[in-house]
Amino acid sequence: MSTRPRTLALSFAVAGALGLPATTGLAQGGIAPQVMADALHAVMAADRTVYTRLIVNRLQNEEKLIKATEHWKDDKSLVLPAQMFRYGAEEVAKTNKNFSYALLSSWPVNKQNAPRTEAEKTGLAAIEKNAKQPYYTEETLGGKKYFTAVYADRAVAPACVSCHNEHKDSPRKDFKIGDTMGGVVIRIPI
Amino acid sequence: MAAPHNARWWALWAALTLVGLGVFAAALALPVRDDTTVLAQVRGWLQPGPASHGHHQIALACDACHTEPLGGGEVLQQACMNCHSDALKAANDKHPASKFEDPRNAFRLARIDALRCVSCHTEHRPEITQAMGVTQPADFCVHCHAGPEEMPPSHAELPFDGCTAAGCHNYHDNRALYEDFLLKHADAPALLVRRLLRERSLGEDLPASLHYPQDRFPFQPLDLAAADAPPTLRGHAAADEWLASRHAQAGVNCSACHVVGAAAPADSPPPPGAGTWLDQPPTPAACAGCHAEEAQGFGQGLHGMRSAIGLSPMQPSRARLPMHADAAHRRLDCNSCHTPHRPDLRRAAVEACTGCHADTHTQAYEGSPHHRLWQAEGAGQLPVGSGVSCASCHMPREQLQTSDGSRYGVQHNQSASLRPIEAMARPVCLNCHGLGYALDALADPALAAGNYGAPPAVHVPGIDMARAKDEAYRRSQAPSSPKPP
Repeated sequence: MSTRPRTLALSFAVAGALGLPATTGLAQGGIAPQVMADALHAVMAADRTVYTRLIVNRLQNEEKLIKATEHWKDDKSLVLPAQMFRYGAEEVAKTNKNFSYALLSSWPVNKQNAPRTEAEKTGLAAIEKNAKQPYYTEETLGGKKYFTAVYADRAVAPACVSCHNEHKDSPRKDFKIGDTMGGVVIRIPI
Repeated sequence: MAAPHNARWWALWAALTLVGLGVFAAALALPVRDDTTVLAQVRGWLQPGPASHGHHQIALACDACHTEPLGGGEVLQQACMNCHSDALKAANDKHPASKFEDPRNAFRLARIDALRCVSCHTEHRPEITQAMGVTQPADFCVHCHAGPEEMPPSHAELPFDGCTAAGCHNYHDNRALYEDFLLKHADAPALLVRRLLRERSLGEDLPASLHYPQDRFPFQPLDLAAADAPPTLRGHAAADEWLASRHAQAGVNCSACHVVGAAAPADSPPPPGAGTWLDQPPTPAACAGCHAEEAQGFGQGLHGMRSAIGLSPMQPSRARLPMHADAAHRRLDCNSCHTPHRPDLRRAAVEACTGCHADTHTQAYEGSPHHRLWQAEGAGQLPVGSGVSCASCHMPREQLQTSDGSRYGVQHNQSASLRPIEAMARPVCLNCHGLGYALDALADPALAAGNYGAPPAVHVPGIDMARAKDEAYRRSQAPSSPKPP
């Protein structure tokens, strides 16, 4: 059993005993989920951009020294930026249960990364329309309630568009630099 | 008088009950590392059922898996990962628990709890246990991967249990089965032009590794005068054998194996009894100072898993596979296959195996095409690396992960390339055969029983399907020919 539910229950009990609404107590004592999600996304987006521009685009597209490929282990190549992001999410899942994140797209190379929940579908549609405005909502998955934020993931380097436009399994092949190619979904249990 | 008579019986009943309970409690509570004792046998009675092929050797050491007496699912899961996480990582596991931690997969977890190994590999349930210890029906994939969103149109008519049964997909290990790999090897012939195993390079690779005791045993040939055995052992017959061995040629002196801790990494604390001369040094501990990766692999496979957790060495009498009766009481350690003073790698690669194993596959080896190549290599009629021994396939040479990177060596965990059977394709078959032929051959159980004496009678459709998809894609991308006027 994770200790989290017990900790939460205790917090609610303490807040209740003090005559405060439980949620207010949590919000006052901690960071609001939206603030936390925005901060997490800022780090993710920065790392993702740096890896894509300084590692992949520089070494593959500019210097032409080494390629980034899906089967990087067999090909002895660089990890794709999307894989880099996903592996990070999997590492976080091993150590931190307080949030999770995923990279999804309406035009995914891997079908597993297509929007699946209502929040994902609505969120991706929203950020595809307006990349500057993240989409925030709440949803219940597997009996747990989450604060869910969806942020636009845009093509920041030629490597992004060339790879997706040329990939056999890519459902869309007319991406341009600056296009919203998908979205980062961050979930925080509330 | 009925009352005193009854009281005596009651007292006897109470005493026997207490003794019985005490025996069971002791059997459960004591860490029994000799599972031949009576207490360990009592543990066996308490098991809900016999353990699977992979675990039966260590089944009486309950605490190997049930590491905490009242531990729940997390404790068991950690026990699984303690032994299996390296193999899963090496297999590029397609369904790691970390993928299912993502709440968007919660609906899948509701169908199969993929966070726990025991969801599909339940122990002590022989009546539902299939190959590889799987205890789910063979159509388990369909619970998550059904319908047009999950399956390409070409898969629409395939049977529910066909994903793994057809030899195309595995739950964990798809290293030889992924689409681009199939395409890359689609046109390879059944027999490659160059059919050679890469030669061992222990002499170059080992001294280069960070933990090799280069300071104490520099890589240079030694003569008899340099032998550092105690004076009482001078003139021992073993010294002459050692002198002719690769160990002497590589600067491995007597003390490296016979003195406790002599070859241990310099940065590790000295082991108990460090500096003591042992006439019979225990293996694999004595070998692991230099051959750490080989010893580790040995401990991860069926040959060494007992030793690795502190039980007595595996013996053929404990095996569930057919073994020769006269080999029943041999004890498996490094010396069972390797004679350290006279390392004969040809013996270690064939006769050491056939001396114990007596199944049809082993018995069909002699006279098989692979064996004929092995004999021709031994007779000098074919180049070194042309022959195919038991070890060529079951203990393949590959890059072994080391503490400071990797080095080329023999994988001593024979399970690593055995299950799922497609795991053998890349490190083994593809040295000499094309992928299509290899996958077909591996999928044909009759061929395995006969030790690959005939062409495969089974065809795995994976490469055909990958090629059809690729060709359809290329056609769709080709510029359409201009319409005739």
